[in-house]
Amino acid sequence: MMTRIPILKLRDCLIVSIQWELDDQTALSFQEDLLDKLHTTAARGVVLDLTPIDFIDSFIAKVLGDVISMSGLMGAKVVITGIQPAVAITLIELGIRLENVVTALDLENGLEKLERELED
Amino acid sequence: MNLRSSVDIITEWDIVAARQLGRNEAKDVGFGTVDQARITTAISELARNIYLYAGKGKIEIRQITEGNLRGLLVIASDKGPGIPDVRKVMEDGYTTSGGLGAGLPGVKRLMDDFKIETVLGEGTTISATKLLR
Repeated sequence: MMTRIPILKLRDCLIVSIQWELDDQTALSFQEDLLDKLHTTAARGVVLDLTPIDFIDSFIAKVLGDVISMSGLMGAKVVITGIQPAVAITLIELGIRLENVVTALDLENGLEKLERELED
Repeated sequence: MNLRSSVDIITEWDIVAARQLGRNEAKDVGFGTVDQARITTAISELARNIYLYAGKGKIEIRQITEGNLRGLLVIASDKGPGIPDVRKVMEDGYTTSGGLGAGLPGVKRLMDDFKIETVLGEGTTISATKLLR
């Protein structure tokens, strides 16, 4: 039942689009896959697009927050894009802040933001 | 009218099944996307608590009518160890699992009504309601 999330490379960035609801195992293996891919490609940035995702619970939020910190340790910046209004509302009501996470409205804005961050 | 359905929580896959059932029921009642997300998230948290703290239990979802309002009642029940200090688990930021769940205060905020019944050594039943306004 477990599915793997495809990770694409574009210049020195990785692009990930999460297309369906994440179960625990898929989320955890994604964490490892992304770090492996950062290691093998020496990419400096990641755009993680969540446009199709219609809810995020505390577990998925923790996995996402952790993978952002872990990527940071490996010298890569992560931008999250496409958080739906319903997801933003429920995350804050649930008490999850995802502080220090760089976000953008959509993939296009996310890539621009990442490129600016990488120039600094 | 009292339509009910339930999912036994035994493995982590059952957490996915419970929240999918919740989303379908929420759609069926006519909740909008934000309330659907609230209900789905609340069920996911409650199911995860059962999985983490009690090992196994059940999520039951009932379509209810209160006055002239329709809604959903979610009942999370287990025969686990029970909660020693209910007041403490209702404090924001309190965790015994290292932050795996957002905890019950979050679930309470997502729903309209929230009740805990717990007996040490016998188990816990949490009922949470969301009404369609």
